[in-house]
Amino acid sequence: MRGQGHLRRVTRRHVFIAALGVAAISTVSVALAQMGNQLLGDVPFTESPKPAPLPKWVVDDVRRMRAYPDQPPVIPHSIEGYQLSVNTNRCLSCHKREFTEGSGAPMISVTHYITRDGQMLADVSPRRYFCTACHVPQATNQPLVGNKFKDMSEMGVEHAGDE
Amino acid sequence: MNSQLTRREMLKAQAAGIAAAAAGMTAPAVAQPVAGGVSALEIKWSKAPCRFCGTGCGVMVGVKEGQVVATHGDMQAEVNRGLNCVKGYFLSKIMYGADRLTTPLLRKKNGVYDKDGEFEAVSWDEAFDVMADKCKQVLREKGPTAVGMFGSGQWTIFEGYAATKLMRAGLRSNNLDPNARHCMASAAYAFMRTFGMDEPMGCYDDFEHADAFVLWGSNMAEMHPILWTRVADRRLGHPHVRCAVLSTFTHRSMDLADIPIIFRPGTDLAILNYIANHIITTGRVHEDFVRNHTVFVKGATDIGYGLRPEHPLEQKATGAGDPGKTEPIDFDAFKRFVSEYTLDKVAKLSGVEPDFLEELAELYADPAKKVMSLWTMGFNQHVRGVWANQMLYNVHLLTGKISEPGNSPFSLTGQPSACGTAREVGTFAHRLPADMTVTNPEHRAHAEDIWKVPHGLIPDQPGYHAVLQDRMLKDGRLNWYWIQVNNNLQAAPNTGNETYPGYRNPDNFVVVSDAYPTVTAVNADLILPAAMWVEKEGAYGNAERRTHVWHQLVQAPGEARSDLWQLVEFSKRFTTDEVWPAEILEANPGYRGKTLFDVLFQNGNVDQFPLTEINAEFENQEAKDFGFYLQKGLFEEYARFGRGHGHDLAPYDTYHEVRGLRWPVVDGQETRWRYREGLDPYVKPGEGVKFYGNPDGKARIIAVPYEPPAESPDGEYDLWLVTGRVLEHWHSGSMTMRVPELYRAFPAAVCFMNADDARKRGLNQGAEVKIVSRRGEIRTRIETRGRNRMPKGVIFVPWFDASELINKTTLDATDPISKQTDFKKCAVKVISAA
Repeated sequence: MRGQGHLRRVTRRHVFIAALGVAAISTVSVALAQMGNQLLGDVPFTESPKPAPLPKWVVDDVRRMRAYPDQPPVIPHSIEGYQLSVNTNRCLSCHKREFTEGSGAPMISVTHYITRDGQMLADVSPRRYFCTACHVPQATNQPLVGNKFKDMSEMGVEHAGDE
Repeated sequence: MNSQLTRREMLKAQAAGIAAAAAGMTAPAVAQPVAGGVSALEIKWSKAPCRFCGTGCGVMVGVKEGQVVATHGDMQAEVNRGLNCVKGYFLSKIMYGADRLTTPLLRKKNGVYDKDGEFEAVSWDEAFDVMADKCKQVLREKGPTAVGMFGSGQWTIFEGYAATKLMRAGLRSNNLDPNARHCMASAAYAFMRTFGMDEPMGCYDDFEHADAFVLWGSNMAEMHPILWTRVADRRLGHPHVRCAVLSTFTHRSMDLADIPIIFRPGTDLAILNYIANHIITTGRVHEDFVRNHTVFVKGATDIGYGLRPEHPLEQKATGAGDPGKTEPIDFDAFKRFVSEYTLDKVAKLSGVEPDFLEELAELYADPAKKVMSLWTMGFNQHVRGVWANQMLYNVHLLTGKISEPGNSPFSLTGQPSACGTAREVGTFAHRLPADMTVTNPEHRAHAEDIWKVPHGLIPDQPGYHAVLQDRMLKDGRLNWYWIQVNNNLQAAPNTGNETYPGYRNPDNFVVVSDAYPTVTAVNADLILPAAMWVEKEGAYGNAERRTHVWHQLVQAPGEARSDLWQLVEFSKRFTTDEVWPAEILEANPGYRGKTLFDVLFQNGNVDQFPLTEINAEFENQEAKDFGFYLQKGLFEEYARFGRGHGHDLAPYDTYHEVRGLRWPVVDGQETRWRYREGLDPYVKPGEGVKFYGNPDGKARIIAVPYEPPAESPDGEYDLWLVTGRVLEHWHSGSMTMRVPELYRAFPAAVCFMNADDARKRGLNQGAEVKIVSRRGEIRTRIETRGRNRMPKGVIFVPWFDASELINKTTLDATDPISKQTDFKKCAVKVISAA
């Protein structure tokens, strides 16, 4: 089954490449220059490009869909100046179970109550204490390079109720 | 909802379907809400280590339709027990950047190779033809010292091993070095000099046993986040536990610190000698331990800074000729030596509050406290990095706090196989597998025996190390150069003056194997598209001696092939007659007319396992192409170096079943703590503790002083520059900058600066500035807030951003013993670019 799936993917890519045109080979150098320079900011090694302005952060509080169920949700609000230390965890003051009714913030996942040994605690497990190891805010910048990652829901799954 | 199932009904039905599938039952069709059945929702899950840092987290990789669709922390992996950091959680996307390289690209003009030409797509045949021609031409004209390879701590074990065979026994050059030279060479040298054997004695289990953690130049909260969860778990879950963090600026790891220490760059050396002095003067030396298990030595001093020999600093250094020299002394001499490092003096020199220093020293001195010391680049990227590592061992050895649960000097690594490949396989310019060296005739002969090649093949001089390779490329003495799995033009120090000129030197042919068009790749002459991570079968070794193996799970795009495939396939282009000396062939006529592939890889060892031994559930591109189970053959030949010598590896197939094992693996059991009876099978009953890497079974305590950095701020270049990483990006960002979520989390490098320093220069938050050193300059933006809070006089700039190449400004000063660059200390100025 994996083999078949793979073949289908390759075929699609070949079609895509063919559609790009016969001139593909001769334009590789141009394409590469563009690709390499997307991260270089279109400037040769010996020069220094003008730096982008400091990022503007997404602060609309709108939840973003996860790329897959296991993905830690990104943070759709500013966390500038948040204290996250031994004594204080500003994130938990909204996202902790006891505070979510008042804050309207999503409760931290149930996984966060579980210890290294798989036991549930009454509060967030200390190993999960530093939220920003996994949850990050997002700048409004458009990615420099596209990503062809495909959502699993687009793959051969016909959902009931889709029609 | 109407005629459709309600959401609630659907969820119920779905749950029933999953439960039914789990119970091996077929659900009745009417209750099946998913067209195509539950199988349409299934994801094939397999284990793999994370692609990023040296922590070595286990991840489960979900594959559907030939593509990775999800990853999550492996619950069964002892290292991380289900957790990943943000990078690990986004592993699913690292292979799918839109600009993956899918075909070899060669600089051409008028249809032929030309250094000044534009990149054109070529076949693998044409790529290897040109590459082999160039190599043979250089070998004919200049000999093996003019060819070289720069590899990686991200190479799989097989790749590093194939590279070391190809370079040393095939092309007969020791000009093979890994980018790990920039990363942990100081740690490796210090292990050898102290214990006669590389890598930590302890393991990650120490996290759950320690009463105190001390971070020496390591921002684990960002760079080793999953190990940090284990520190946090211990510190927050056990009120008696203390955490000390030493750094030259305030970063996220300070958030957990009970003892936060910001010291002046380079003065960690003085702090370490003060702690030794404190232990001695307060009568807390573990005398039995010291008497039975240690000897004292004094190191050469004034050893220079690893700059080019004509540099005034090297001319002036009286000890630069033999920086690694040591001579025996006794405890009293050591005591006298460190006695000058008084609290008062060291507090003044380091700028640290005396109370904090004393509290820190007490963590070590108090016999009731089990201490785990952790360090990474702050120690290793240090012009006295070997000393710093050794001075910390001094402290642990004086108190006997070593080789037992919770008492653990622990050197962390930055790359996934810095230990497994760079160190254990021995891809350094001076090393062979299992801690052996090219300068030792017995070691060379042993390697030649295992490899089944004639004696006298492996050259007896160490090759060029990383920084020297760049210098030799620039000077035209290294002319054929193959770079794999690293982005050296972004990573190396002083790149504008010492690296770039060598790559573009008309005398040189530079090949880069990579998955993406990095800065290094686009400035090479030939680019080879690489398969990455789970596009190949692999094996990594993490920082706690854990070897873990994974299967190929998906196909690489287009013509991309693994570095392993590239190395082995390329070896077919050479015959022994072309590259081995006539006298060796005369003495060993059986080797005549053979290709390097025949003698190195089809040698009866590497090709001994047939394709039928491969798990049929998984692809194996290389095995299929070469006709035998290449990875297993390489691994089993390699494992012969270490079995019975304290580096024992399990049988290869075992590693596909387990979540890694920590060597030495003896009688099927891994070893968590080395050198102690009852914990390490190599220590015999009655021996107690034995540092068996050294012939006398004893560790070295070394007397070495504080010496200043190579370059310090002055009137004009008035700031310290520290470079490093950020949580969201790994190394040069070639993978993480292509993951949209990680890119957006930290889209561009900035200059973290103290607000007063900024104000003094008339710079506001976000101001565009130039960072200028004596070597070069870049443009960036000022950040006076954010995650790092800088003391006055120090700036921090991460190096992940290809559009802000901070290594144009850094200094190519190295530790003279380890040859590892100091990326943490040079002088710059910051001026407005507006």
